[in-house]
Amino acid sequence: MGKRSFSHWLYVAPALLILAFFLVYPAVHTIVLSFGDKTGEVFGGLSNYRFIFTNRGMQIALRNNLLWVVVFTAVTVGLGLAMAVLLDRVKYERVAKAIIFLPMAISFVGSGIIWKFIYAFRPASVGQIGLLNAIVVGLGGEPIGWLIERPWINNFALIFVGIWIWTGFCMVVLSATYKGIPKSLLESARLDGANEWQVFWRITFPLMRSTIAVAATMMLITVLKIFDIVYVMTNGNFGTEVIANRMYKEMFQFKNFGRASAIAVVLLLAIIPVMLFNLKRFREQEAVR
Amino acid sequence: MRRLAIGLLIGLVSLTLAFTVGWAQQRSLVLQGEMADQEAAAIEATLASFEAATGIKVETVWTRDPALLTTRIEAGNPPDVVLLPKPGQMVSLVGDGLLADLTFMKSQLEADYGQAWLDMGTVNGTLYGFYIAVSNKSMVWYSPAQFAANGYSVPTTWAEMIALSDQIVADGGVPWAVGLESGPATGWPGTDWIEDIMLRTAGADVYDQWVAHTIAWTDPLVKTAFEYFGDIVLNSSYVFGGATGALTTNFGDSPNDLFSDPPNAYLHHQASFIEGFFTEDFPDLVPGTDYDWFVTPPIDETLGTPAFGGGNVVVAFSDTPETQALMRYLASASVQEVWAARVGFISANKGVNPNVYPSDIVRAIAGSLVNASAFRFDASDLMPEDIGAAFWQGVVDYVGGEDLDTVLAELEAAY
Repeated sequence: MGKRSFSHWLYVAPALLILAFFLVYPAVHTIVLSFGDKTGEVFGGLSNYRFIFTNRGMQIALRNNLLWVVVFTAVTVGLGLAMAVLLDRVKYERVAKAIIFLPMAISFVGSGIIWKFIYAFRPASVGQIGLLNAIVVGLGGEPIGWLIERPWINNFALIFVGIWIWTGFCMVVLSATYKGIPKSLLESARLDGANEWQVFWRITFPLMRSTIAVAATMMLITVLKIFDIVYVMTNGNFGTEVIANRMYKEMFQFKNFGRASAIAVVLLLAIIPVMLFNLKRFREQEAVR
Repeated sequence: MRRLAIGLLIGLVSLTLAFTVGWAQQRSLVLQGEMADQEAAAIEATLASFEAATGIKVETVWTRDPALLTTRIEAGNPPDVVLLPKPGQMVSLVGDGLLADLTFMKSQLEADYGQAWLDMGTVNGTLYGFYIAVSNKSMVWYSPAQFAANGYSVPTTWAEMIALSDQIVADGGVPWAVGLESGPATGWPGTDWIEDIMLRTAGADVYDQWVAHTIAWTDPLVKTAFEYFGDIVLNSSYVFGGATGALTTNFGDSPNDLFSDPPNAYLHHQASFIEGFFTEDFPDLVPGTDYDWFVTPPIDETLGTPAFGGGNVVVAFSDTPETQALMRYLASASVQEVWAARVGFISANKGVNPNVYPSDIVRAIAGSLVNASAFRFDASDLMPEDIGAAFWQGVVDYVGGEDLDTVLAELEAAY
């Protein structure tokens, strides 16, 4: 027995070493730094955490992250589910799905630049170069500063870019599960007189619940770390700051290691419950199998 | 087993050999800078002859991302020579003990540079940097052709400039083209406006106190400077596209509005380097006829029009003979003359022959900078980096409609 448990450790040792070196050590180091001052060399107590929760810029970042979490997660998963179910019924399903999935293949930075052009603003007296404002002006409206108008228009304009990228992913994941549902189940419900709405909510949705939860947690983790889109399109100006972008600024622009680490720790703490939920679900699924 | 051991031994020996030879021949340097394409191209063009003459290879890294330098320093692998856009960075790098001093080339620099420029390269009495690619930021660009066509004349006081703006509005035009967008650095052109105004409303001494933070951001003198800027940028009939236009227009595209037909705007406040931007988009413009500049007019006559601008300070992270050779080379007048022959690249070196500049306009700008008795550097580049960035953001918030007292209180709280 003793020998067996030793060899058992030997096998996991490389993985544990790598994990310790690349994950545990940096995490612990970050936590230590978060209690330090600007340089990370002098103990600064809780001042960095006080900054995170009292500074107005940080509060805007926290508020925006919450907005991203709610809107982005709800719309990507909701729209992905709708597409998965509805496109199953049409002939051009493959083409439609390919088009919706396509933005996934574009890098975040690339998407940010593409949408920056689409949202471009030119004064009303000259020709528009941005697609969206060209449409607005074409319909007789005044051009809108999509990335400027705070706090709603610009934040939703940014969140929409994220949705544009990720809806395809949710759709593909959910579509695979949907296709796995035995059609006989749905048909027998229809024969029993259930309308399509009832079939969806009473049969399809409950059967897809675990996949939906997985997709939602995936999106949640993705959106908590949202950085590229904001960095490229507004750099957090005009009240569009998010936590990860602020962390980058504190670290690389302001060289404030203490604050940057504290923000990283807060972000880590925010993600832990989601991870635990995900693990719990995973165990439940394993148990079913 | 023996074969393996021999194989390993041979491998080890050849590796060691390769490393030793590599170290002995380490005649290559890394030069890093945050330069516009044209400026970078000008520097690259002169490095070839340096490489040919010395046998030292120079690898250049051009970036717009200030994080790159931080990362390389943290990794213990800084470039050998860096062109810093902010003297504030030089001061903090000296504080961290990372820079090599330039005592070895002091006589060369003293012969070639005026005292104002030497002072700005000195930290705690020791010379650490010299300036290249300098710019005048106290400039308003306009089109003499358009001014003549409309009967406008160049204003000599701030009040005249406002009167001219009103005149243009009355004639159905828009006076100002303002572009504040600049990616992660959005807002900086607005800080230039405010700094330029500050030198005219409060004077150079107060300006220095403001940079050193011995007067608060909430001081009425600072507020006044913001308000002068606000009187123009927040007036929707003064600015092409209004505040939204100012916030969304890239600084490099903004002057193009002066050269559209009919002109979208007539006046543009921007540094000397902007000439390189609009002449690239409109290569047929004739300097002096289609475009020219006037000094930002005085507000308080007793304070006059102090010289104001920016530049890149060249610093060294190592003191090897190779690095020192490159530093001497970059500081020399003959090399800077090659750069100066290209549009928009102004040299602070006294030894540079003014005839090499491509136009009278650039010659005049260079003359005003080289011989300046007093020169004030862009404040947002002198302040600590987080404060400088907060200043950019403060401008963006102010132009975006935020209450000025709130903006200033937040800037004060950033320390």
